[in-house]
Amino acid sequence: MERLVRRLPAQVKVAALVGFALAVVAVPRDALALHAGHAVLLAAVVLAARVPGRALARGLTVEVPFVAFALFLPFVATGPRVEVLGVSLAQAGLAGAASLLVKATLGMLAAVTLASVTRPAELLDGLRRLRIPAQLVEIGAFMLRYVEVVGDEWRRMGVARAARGFVAASPAAWPALSRSVGALFLRAYERGERVHLARLARGYAGPTGAGGVPATAAQWCAGAALPAAAALVSATGLLGGWGA
Amino acid sequence: MTGPILDVRGLTFAYPDGRPVLAGVDLRVAAGERVALLGPNGAGKTTLLLQLNGILRPASGTVTVAGLPVTPRNLREVRRLVGVVFQDPDDQLFMPTVRDDVAFGPANLGVRGAKLDRAVADALAAVGMAEAAARPPHHLSLGERRRVALATVLAMRPALLVLDEPTSNLDPVARRELAEILTGLDVAVLMVTHDLPYALQLCERSAILSGGRIVADGPTGALLADASLLAAHRLELPFGFDPAFGRR
Repeated sequence: MERLVRRLPAQVKVAALVGFALAVVAVPRDALALHAGHAVLLAAVVLAARVPGRALARGLTVEVPFVAFALFLPFVATGPRVEVLGVSLAQAGLAGAASLLVKATLGMLAAVTLASVTRPAELLDGLRRLRIPAQLVEIGAFMLRYVEVVGDEWRRMGVARAARGFVAASPAAWPALSRSVGALFLRAYERGERVHLARLARGYAGPTGAGGVPATAAQWCAGAALPAAAALVSATGLLGGWGA
Repeated sequence: MTGPILDVRGLTFAYPDGRPVLAGVDLRVAAGERVALLGPNGAGKTTLLLQLNGILRPASGTVTVAGLPVTPRNLREVRRLVGVVFQDPDDQLFMPTVRDDVAFGPANLGVRGAKLDRAVADALAAVGMAEAAARPPHHLSLGERRRVALATVLAMRPALLVLDEPTSNLDPVARRELAEILTGLDVAVLMVTHDLPYALQLCERSAILSGGRIVADGPTGALLADASLLAAHRLELPFGFDPAFGRR
C-alpha cells in the first residue's frame, strides 16, 4: 500500500490533493462534524503511506498565521454574542474560527502528506504535466535549488553580525535584521540574474517540456479514491441536512 | 612585554555529528604580532577562527583574549577585542551605505553621536575608503568591499584582527593595496590563508593547522623553505616562487 501511494505519478497526487481540499472547503462552517469523515480518510492515507508523525507536526507550523487569524475572529465578528469565561465573543466568529482552523489543518496535513510521499523534482514534473504555467514551475524549481544556498547565506550573515557584537534580543534589533533581509534579497536577486545569464550561456531558450511519466487510467482512478470519498462525505452530509 | 593578546590552550571541538575538527590546538599571538595560520582545506581553520570570538564554543580547552577568557559572560567585550573579517565581504556588509555598515559594530557597543562619526571616519580613512562613505556596499568592487569589511571591524578598535582568506579572488593591485593597509595598522593580526607568498610578505611567524592540531609554528620563511613539511600537509608554493628570494 505504501508503495502504491509513493509510486503514483506526482500529477495524480497533486490532483488528488486539490480535489480533497475542494471537498473539505465545500462544507459550510456549521457542519463541522462532517470533517471527522475527512480526517478519517486522510488518516487512512497517512497510515498507508507511513508518513512520519514528526514531518506532519513540522508541516503544521506553517499553519500558525491562520491560527492567529482564527483566534482573532471571535473578537471582531459582528452578530449575536455569547459569554465565554466572562468574555463576550461573537457566535458567528467562533463558528468561523473553528471552521477555518479545521479546514486549514486538514488541508495542511494533506499537503504535508503529499510532500512526504513525493520527491520535489517529481512534484515539479507533476505540475508541468498538469499544465501549470511553465514560468511558475520554473520559479518553483529555482526556489528548490537555491533555498539552501540562500539559507546558508543568511546563516553566515548572522555569524558576521554576531561577530560585531550584535544581539537580537529586543525590537531594537529589528532595523538591523530587516536590513539584513533586504541585503539578502538583493543578493538573491543578483544571484538569480547571474544564474540566468549562465543558463543563457548554455543555450537556454525557455522552459522545456514536462519530464516524469504519464499516468495510466488505473493510476488516475487510484488517485481519485481520496478526493472522491471526501466529496462523498461532504455531499452525503449536506444532502442529509447537516448544513441546513 | 605583557601577556599574549591571544592565548589558545588545548582547544578541542567536534561537529554535532561527532566528527572531530579541532583536536587540542595551542596557539599564542603577542600584541602587535602578525601570524599566518596555514593549512589544507578542511583542517579546521575557519572553525578555529569562530572559536576566537565565542561564536563557537570549545568542547574542552580555553581561549583567552587580552587576558579575558572567552566565556558567555565576556562575549561583548571579546567581540570588541577580536575583529573578524570574513572571507566573503557580502556576508559582512548589509547596510544601505558604507558609513552605516562601518557604524554598525561600534553602535552595537553603545558608541553614539560624534564619537561614532569619528570612529567611522577613522576606520574608513585607515583603509582608504573615506570617499565611499555614502555609497551602497554592493556597488563597490570586491577589493573595495574587502577594505570596507576591514573598516567595519577596525571601527571597533580591536586588539586582534582575524582575517579569513583576505586575498581570495583579489586582483594583484587590490592584493598589494590590502597588504599596505595591513602593514600600516597597529594591531595584532591572525591571518588564515592559502596565499603562502602573502603570509611570507606580511607575517613574521606562521603556524600550520592540520588534522585539527598545530603541527608547526615558527618563522614563516623557515616553514615555507621546508618542502617536506609543506608536502605532508597539502601546502604548496606557487610555481616559480622561492621563499628565500621572497624574503625581504
